[in-house]
Amino acid sequence: MYQYSQADHQLLLERVTQFRDQVERRLKGDLSEEEFKNQRLRNGLYLQLHAYMLRVAVPYGLLSSEQMRTLAHIARRYDRGYGHFSTRQNIQYNWPKLEEVPEILDALAAVEMHAIQTSGNCIRNTTSDPLAGVARDEIADPRPYCELIRQWSTFHPEFNFLPRKFKIAVSGAIHDRAAVAVHDIGLRLVKNDAGELGLEVYVGGGLGRTPMIGKLVRDFLPVHDMLTYMEAILRVYNQLGRRDNLYKARIKILVHETGEEKFRELVEAEWENIKASKLRLRDEDIDAIRAHFKDPEYEDLADFDETFDQHLLTDTDFAKWVDNNLELHKKSGYRVVYLSLKSPDQPPGDVTADQMDSIADLADRYSLGQIRSTHRQNLVLSDVKLTDLYELWQELKNLGLATPNYNHLTDIIACPGMDYCSLATARSLPIAQALTDRFENYDYVNDLGDISLNISGCINACGHHHVANIGILGVNKKGIEVYQLTLGGSAREDAAIGKIIGPAFTADEIVGAVGTVLDVYLQNREDEEEDFLTTYRRIGQAPFKEQLYG
Amino acid sequence: MGKYIKDRKPAEDSWLPYTGLEGEGDLPEGDIYVPFDAWLDRREDLLKRNSRLGVILENTDDIYALEPDLERLDLIVLQFPKMTDGRAFTQARLLRERLGFKGEIRAAGDVLQDQVFYMQRCGFSSFELRDDQDVPSVLKAFDEMSVTYQGAADTDAPIWRR
Repeated sequence: MYQYSQADHQLLLERVTQFRDQVERRLKGDLSEEEFKNQRLRNGLYLQLHAYMLRVAVPYGLLSSEQMRTLAHIARRYDRGYGHFSTRQNIQYNWPKLEEVPEILDALAAVEMHAIQTSGNCIRNTTSDPLAGVARDEIADPRPYCELIRQWSTFHPEFNFLPRKFKIAVSGAIHDRAAVAVHDIGLRLVKNDAGELGLEVYVGGGLGRTPMIGKLVRDFLPVHDMLTYMEAILRVYNQLGRRDNLYKARIKILVHETGEEKFRELVEAEWENIKASKLRLRDEDIDAIRAHFKDPEYEDLADFDETFDQHLLTDTDFAKWVDNNLELHKKSGYRVVYLSLKSPDQPPGDVTADQMDSIADLADRYSLGQIRSTHRQNLVLSDVKLTDLYELWQELKNLGLATPNYNHLTDIIACPGMDYCSLATARSLPIAQALTDRFENYDYVNDLGDISLNISGCINACGHHHVANIGILGVNKKGIEVYQLTLGGSAREDAAIGKIIGPAFTADEIVGAVGTVLDVYLQNREDEEEDFLTTYRRIGQAPFKEQLYG
Repeated sequence: MGKYIKDRKPAEDSWLPYTGLEGEGDLPEGDIYVPFDAWLDRREDLLKRNSRLGVILENTDDIYALEPDLERLDLIVLQFPKMTDGRAFTQARLLRERLGFKGEIRAAGDVLQDQVFYMQRCGFSSFELRDDQDVPSVLKAFDEMSVTYQGAADTDAPIWRR
């Protein structure tokens, strides 16, 4: 894990002091709300429907147990006893008091955490593969590159007042678990025929009211050129991105309106000027950062354990969990464990302070003291020994974190919707709850296999409904909340935007409509191996439409 | 007379802005700066003058058009029409780092305490403050952050190469 240098610590202290002064100026009235807004947003502080919301960065999704305990402390001391993990590997607190935010930032800084650039029209916290460093399908560990991006983008003097927010994701594996295609810049580490490491560079992906899949502008950029190339992209965007219309200000619109080819030319022309600058990474620059992400000390273990197998045979609940919430680890005898934050008792992504403390303890006992957060709003213990799994599972079950639904129907991404968010026009949490209640039958959900269901409470699409296999968008139509259904989206390496299937459903109808969609899938799949998306792509919208609207 | 900071000190602004519409005889002696269009229109006349010259750019103007005359210019004013519009940050960096402009680069418009740190890093050397800004606080704000990660007009190397 990246350890802060003296300079990193200094920067956080200075930022907290600066923000404390900004809060004081606001409270004294020296700073107007509009001016303060611009400053507080750059520090992750929103003004929501009922209260302030503080978004804390979890750079590339990696947390130490000590950091997790601090998050628990903050939830308990300054909030209402819980936090919310978002789709971008941040954690959000919904009830902090403005006067107390500097104190919260102090507590965070003490464990090398912060809220810098988690909001505002600047380069946001970089997201990554939650399985970085442990995945079997990894080409290269994305975390050193994320850390270089963190340093380059933090308080970047030129790019702190962009036309609009700017999100970057990096993935280093065959499978994309970071949704790179729906970020402003998505980077995928790849190797060329000569075995050299480079990047596929995608630009202009994003959701919201104009969902787009990022365009591949470079199929092999040497890793050494990563930052110079991004600086060129950002410079073109800062100069040419639209500022006349909030809804057209994202880089996806610039790429679209300029045309992919022309946009690439502009970037390449700018890049020519800076590609040999000191921002170009040397091997030693990358190696120095990479040294922070060395493999921990793994034991030499067999990839087999008799007791584990015994438990699988005798404890069906354990077997279900193992079936769904585990992933193979690159090291023999270890497994990656998904902690489901999608239980029937809590809104998707929510964790209580007590759970956080317990998770921190479990990470220390069973997983080398680290926790990761995922794009689908779950947590991960990445280094669990096969021999410890049964014990860990029992602990997780007691905590309500062992719902066996990872990547299954009830592993729902949902935004906070109208219950919390000032932008939302419809509720999303009650819909998620109703779906979870309706589809609680394990055998049914398990039979459906790998499927994604996402819900957004407004067009801004924080619930990523566009890239769900089954997406639900809540909208307000003449005072009534109705729900549009989209089918066929994907946030993975085969990224796609889902298509609206037809007229919207009322809150009472939407759960039944999802049931109908699932029935059509089950009736039409070639065999149990064919997942929802494959079936949908094969048979198209028509059979679904017919059943839904007859 | 507005509030004005140059090279991190409160200063008197000796420059006069001109619209460029004045006839040749109407232009006073002394240091003047003109809009970019006027510069392009009357460049020859203006260059004949014996006083210092400056140009004020819109944040959409192409700074490269000034390239041949940078030696002759002492001042370039770049504008922040609102605090959220950061295009002039790029203009300043390009002027300093790419075109090597050595004269005064001045920030005008919505110039706020909370942004001068970024402005100075991009190469701005002077600041026309908005009237409600508190000069001592602004002077302090230049030094609020002592750590910088990336290269810019003030230092060309990122922190890992220093």
